[in-house]
Amino acid sequence: MLRRTLLLGLCRGPLGRGLGTHRGGSILDRDGKMSEIKKKIQSILPGGDWNPLYDTSHLPPESSDVVIVGGGVLGLSVAYWLKKLEKPRGAIRVLVVERDHTYSRASTVLSVGGIRQQFSVPENVQLSLFSIDFLRNINEYLAVADDPPLDIQFNPSGYLLLASEKGAAIMENNVKEGAKVCLMSPEQLRNKFPWINTEGVALASYGMEHEGWFDPWCLLQGLRRKVQSMGVLFCRGEVTRFMSSSNLMKTASGEEVNLKRIHEVHVKIDQSLEYQPVECAIVINAAGAWSGQVAELAGIGKGPPGTLQGTKLPVELRKRYVYLWHCPQGPGLETPFVIDPSGTYFRREGLGHNYLGGCSPTEEEEPDPGNLEVDHDFFQDRVWPPLAQRVPAFETLKVRSAWAGYYDYNTFDQNGVVGPHPLVINMYFATGFSGHGLQQAPAVGRAVAEMVLEGHFQTINLSSFLFSRFYSGEKVQEHNII
Amino acid sequence: MAAPKASLHLVAPVWNGGTRGIGGLSRVVAPEGNQKKGKSLLQFLADRFYDVEALRDHLLRKRVSKVHQKNRPFNHINRRYGPYVAGAYFILKQGGAVRFQGREWIRPNQRGHFSLDFLKLQAVPVEAVDASGCAINYQGLDSLLALKELQSLWLQRCPHVDDWCLSRLHPLASSLQELSLAGCPLVSERGLACLHHLWNLRRLDISDLPAVSSPGLTRILVEEMLPSCEVLGADWAQGLKLGPEEQPRDTAGPIPA
Repeated sequence: MLRRTLLLGLCRGPLGRGLGTHRGGSILDRDGKMSEIKKKIQSILPGGDWNPLYDTSHLPPESSDVVIVGGGVLGLSVAYWLKKLEKPRGAIRVLVVERDHTYSRASTVLSVGGIRQQFSVPENVQLSLFSIDFLRNINEYLAVADDPPLDIQFNPSGYLLLASEKGAAIMENNVKEGAKVCLMSPEQLRNKFPWINTEGVALASYGMEHEGWFDPWCLLQGLRRKVQSMGVLFCRGEVTRFMSSSNLMKTASGEEVNLKRIHEVHVKIDQSLEYQPVECAIVINAAGAWSGQVAELAGIGKGPPGTLQGTKLPVELRKRYVYLWHCPQGPGLETPFVIDPSGTYFRREGLGHNYLGGCSPTEEEEPDPGNLEVDHDFFQDRVWPPLAQRVPAFETLKVRSAWAGYYDYNTFDQNGVVGPHPLVINMYFATGFSGHGLQQAPAVGRAVAEMVLEGHFQTINLSSFLFSRFYSGEKVQEHNII
Repeated sequence: MAAPKASLHLVAPVWNGGTRGIGGLSRVVAPEGNQKKGKSLLQFLADRFYDVEALRDHLLRKRVSKVHQKNRPFNHINRRYGPYVAGAYFILKQGGAVRFQGREWIRPNQRGHFSLDFLKLQAVPVEAVDASGCAINYQGLDSLLALKELQSLWLQRCPHVDDWCLSRLHPLASSLQELSLAGCPLVSERGLACLHHLWNLRRLDISDLPAVSSPGLTRILVEEMLPSCEVLGADWAQGLKLGPEEQPRDTAGPIPA
């Protein structure tokens, strides 16, 4: 009795606690303790993440050469090409910061997954051509030893763009080089696809090769797996702050410019107040629909309007709906990705007469991008009537499900922003593709990696997609935006 | 900071009683045995040594480049003798057989040798190509697509023919009447969907395609897509669940999740 009270008294100290548990611990407890001890020893040895003060395994590293904000397909593509093109191997430490590891709101996985070459801007065509080449040889690019090969489920069914009288002239001016596109008249269209009602269609442009749709989730997982095997670090957190330094410089003409350089990125950990300042040399803004907010954190756009300092990154969230319906009498296996002159589009999904489709709303009827709720009235009012008019079999259809996703919409000219910012000199953009980011991601990733590593574009010249066009007002207008 | 490559399991075997160092480990794994054991030994070593990893990557790349080498275009033959002879030479080199218009089949013998008599048939179009079992792939189709009057194309059991290759066949639409894809492991229903360009097709063999998810349904859909073509494929009743509790309904497939 006396001994027990003495021991209890000793138990109040840290030493006593060990004694107490040792005495109180039974044989059942020992296995748990053994695995704990093993884990501890493994973390202490070199290569582990042991910190004598507290566990830091969930935090990003304290410094990283490149920090990529956003872990969607564009961010991972930039990470992949940075690691692939770097010399020597393993020279650059890349950190990808993604705040939602389930990708529940990411544009990549909510996308319909189409890829086409029918664009009016030649750079877009080149980007798509390289991307389709990448997808075709995806198992050579993204091969990870002893993992099964990727199957992105590519449907090479092509795109069919229909144009009314007004749009026919623009369609004829679409870039032809490199893209295997054939122009069809309404009679040829009726012969080829008897289920189309060609009323109001003056010209159709049908891409026969290198166009179709695929599974974006598979591409994302493939990139993620490969990028992890190449040594890129991932962090689940949100970028909340950039610490930068300014240099007042004079241009050749004597003008004073304030050049900023980002030194630290503050990454706030998910569901916690903890944040880690990551020292970095280069920041890549691939945050998709939220790139505008990330750019504001870096101070882009904080200045008098009309100047370069006051030019914001014009990328904002736009909500788009996609509907899945079933129509047993609908078009068969040969259905391409059809785009109506009214902006409505649809494509076949699977073998069971299911179709995916939607329509981009006009500026006035833009839905509120605060949430991802689906508006089913939009289907009844804006999507179904043009569909039923174009394909009479769609008069009897039944909507099975629907979802909504974000476009990283570039309000300036609906084309991507690629390359460094002129004033915040170490922030590079890879965003703003307004609905065709997924299909250009591999090529854009390579372009940004070339810009970061070499300082200029080497394979595809994207100088017309630089940020400075927002200040100088030169629009690169793409006419075939869905 | 989390280490990107967790090779912490290196620690455990070394600390185990029986093994002593890396030499001891290789005694544990039997060097002979079936191919799977051999593969895992290579993997085991490649996880621990950069040299072995580089060797394994090199072997993989060599395998891939072998296929590329087999599918290279014969531009010099094309320039000298024309596209028909170049295409025929390409197929014969791969191990397939060729038939010119109005002539007999030309095949290589067991050792892969073939006579070069066809070099004088510069203006005679090639009518039929039997590329069964050949390592023809997307790049190799370049040589085949130049044969504008090709009527019959057999691609049975070609290991590298996939959906992308099928989407390339549309230039042969005006002449191709017979196409056989039986036994190609990489062809799926997505590639079959772009065969609708071949409006002149009269016979299509799509039997025994392991990558097609529902063969019976696919055959019905392909028959609807190509109305004047005879489609040889899986029996349409295959895959239908017939039981007392489930009546055979219409041909709508499973709804995607």
